[in-house]
Amino acid sequence: MTSIVATNQTILVVGGGIAGMTAALEAAETGKQVVLVEKNPWLGGRTAQLYRYFPKMCHPTCGLEINLRRLKANPRIQVLTMAEVTGISGEAGNYSVNVTLSPRYVNNKCTACGECSKAVNSEIADAFNYNLGKVKAAYLPHDMAYPQRYVLDPSIIGTADAEAAKAACKVGAIDLDQQTETVSLNAGAIVWATGFQPYAAEKITPYRYGEFKNVITNVEFERLADPHGPTKGKILRPSDGKEAKNVAFIQCAGSRDENHLRHCSRFCCMASLKQTHYVQEAFGDEGKSTIYYIDIRAIDRFEDFYQKVKANPNVAFVKSKVARISEDKNGDPRLWGVNTEGYKRYSEPHDLVVLAVGMEPAVKGMAIPAALSEGIVADSSGFLAMNGNTGVFGAGCATNALDVNRAVQSATAAALRAIQVVNQVARAEN
Amino acid sequence: MSVNNTEMAVRYKNNFLKELEDQAEMGEWIKMCMQCGVCAGSCPTNFHPGWDHPPQEIFMMVRAGRREEVLTSNSMWMCTSCYNCYVRCPRKLPITHIMHGIANYAHRLGVAPKLQPTRNFGKIFWNNAAKTGRVNEVMLTVDLYFRNAEGKFDLMGGIKKALEMQSVAIGLVKAGRLNPLELFGGHKCKDQKGLQSMLKKARELEETRKALKAA
Ligand SMILES: Cc1cc2nc3c(=O)[nH]c(=O)nc-3n(C[C@H](O)[C@H](O)[C@H](O)COP(=O)(O)OP(=O)(O)OC[C@H]3O[C@@H](n4cnc5c(N)ncnc54)[C@H](O)[C@@H]3O)c2cc1C
Ligand code: SF4
Ligand code: SF4
Ligand code: SF4
Ligand code: SF4
Repeated sequence: MTSIVATNQTILVVGGGIAGMTAALEAAETGKQVVLVEKNPWLGGRTAQLYRYFPKMCHPTCGLEINLRRLKANPRIQVLTMAEVTGISGEAGNYSVNVTLSPRYVNNKCTACGECSKAVNSEIADAFNYNLGKVKAAYLPHDMAYPQRYVLDPSIIGTADAEAAKAACKVGAIDLDQQTETVSLNAGAIVWATGFQPYAAEKITPYRYGEFKNVITNVEFERLADPHGPTKGKILRPSDGKEAKNVAFIQCAGSRDENHLRHCSRFCCMASLKQTHYVQEAFGDEGKSTIYYIDIRAIDRFEDFYQKVKANPNVAFVKSKVARISEDKNGDPRLWGVNTEGYKRYSEPHDLVVLAVGMEPAVKGMAIPAALSEGIVADSSGFLAMNGNTGVFGAGCATNALDVNRAVQSATAAALRAIQVVNQVARAEN
Repeated sequence: MSVNNTEMAVRYKNNFLKELEDQAEMGEWIKMCMQCGVCAGSCPTNFHPGWDHPPQEIFMMVRAGRREEVLTSNSMWMCTSCYNCYVRCPRKLPITHIMHGIANYAHRLGVAPKLQPTRNFGKIFWNNAAKTGRVNEVMLTVDLYFRNAEGKFDLMGGIKKALEMQSVAIGLVKAGRLNPLELFGGHKCKDQKGLQSMLKKARELEETRKALKAA
């Protein structure tokens, strides 16, 4: 049984992406008790799945590393991974929360030596790499994963593979008897930081995602460019492994569209501008990028970044929302549409098409526990908006389409509000 | 109801967008267009010669106040009502209906291209069907094909066309879809009087509605 220390002066943070980690750290560093609940086996959220990040083009592991160091140094934060909140009742200053923990089958004795992985034969889809490759069913989610602890996939439990993994572990870290358990805990305030989901590209039917192999999404492209990704950082297109030297980016794929997401997702213009760097970096002057756009939204201080990309002769801009995609015999996706500057029709083949899909709030369609639903309202896109005097505060992309910088700002704001609620509780109890 | 072209042009001065918002059905949607180009790229007619401007361009021209060019354009008449643009427009503009609305307005102003085939066929078909409540295929064919490029009756041209279309005609006759005897008066629906008073009423309603807008 997992034991958790929590009172109604504890702050519960749901979601361990960059926003959730920030909120947890900010609150804990002012002396508050924090429980951080993350449904993945690792922390970092979608930021950890980027290759580099704008505007400074540094590797996200670098920024995450600092946060992890703060986290490890702070005894006031209890981290629960593979955990989801399944029930909340009560009110500000006095919540009672149920958290359901899925078994990892590996306890904290694990040294991440990797022997269990070698002993196992079966493979599962590689979730960290957006299912672009496979991993062994005993795996470390990614090299920098925190906690640095392996996971056994439930599909092998009860098979010879599970026994082989257990036998291979010299430190006795594998516990095949772990069960799903539900724990309840108290909290005075809650920060809801469950982030976003990339929009389901297959819903944009004229783009044929899922049908044409060489039509991929921007999150997948991050993994293709990353040396830790499925192609070891080589930009190879999925259909035939050919180097993708002529890449098209389709902006607003699903965003700013009343048939899909009605909001502008804000980060995706910058993400595509950033990704043209990957093409340039991989192939030099042979790497060509074309951005098909309605208008480029490189908001405020990102304008410089845009101007620099614009000055690159290997990056072309076509002012047009692509109408549809077809596929040539050699596997090239062909883009059809009308260039608004001059109203010229085009029909252009490319090696690879990257759909700049937008952000769908992860809370959309999620059963928000009853006690919360009175205080929480969603805006017209399904992002969280808080209402009145609850002790629940949204942070990061659960509240809006944000880049890392803005997600962190919103997390700090949420942490401050949560701190005020538990401070009131503390005053009342003294 | 026809409206006076010069009168309208004067009334709305340089504001053609406002004019269409007031006068053309669904015209109030035009301003919502963000010029993304999806409709233009999705339109099957855009990939054929002879069609002046796809919807995206028409909407921009409206905003730019290019009144003459828009109203006399064949574009709205070339629309096949396939609804490709309609379902894809990210701003949910009812594009197909807007195109029809502008077409109808140009028609009422009397500035739509005279012998544009869609408009011409539409008129002939309507007059034919509204007469008896049933389409007289023979007379429809005569009205459509026995005319020259200026719209005048043309016996020789018609006969030539008839010979070209012979096999189609024979097929229709065999299938019971074309009765040559209809040349001497065709079949009708039962309540002729009822039909005409219904059409009259509909026309009245339509005219009052449009007169109110034009007033
Ligand atoms: C292709 C792409 C490129 C990008 N590039 C950049 C860039 O270069 N620079 C930049 O600043 N930003 C970039 N972004 C945006 C950046 O990814 C986000 O701003 C950032 O990930 C937001 O962090 P978050 O913590 O709010 O959400 P997330 O990263 O989505 O984290 C949410 C966390 O909550 C967890 N969770 C979800 N539901 C539950 C639940 N019910 N219970 C428990 N846990 C849950 C998730 O597993 C996840 O770990 C990019 C985004 C994409 C898609
Ligand atoms: S579970 Fe055991 S064998 Fe597997 S990585 Fe951890 S310590 Fe090594
Ligand atoms: S940021 Fe750019 S690509 Fe993303 S939705 Fe907004 S305009 Fe479209
Ligand atoms: S698809 Fe809609 S928004 Fe886009 S150009 Fe056409 S009418 Fe305008
Ligand atoms: S409905 Fe008309 S305008 Fe729209 S795509 Fe079809 S033909 Fe073109």
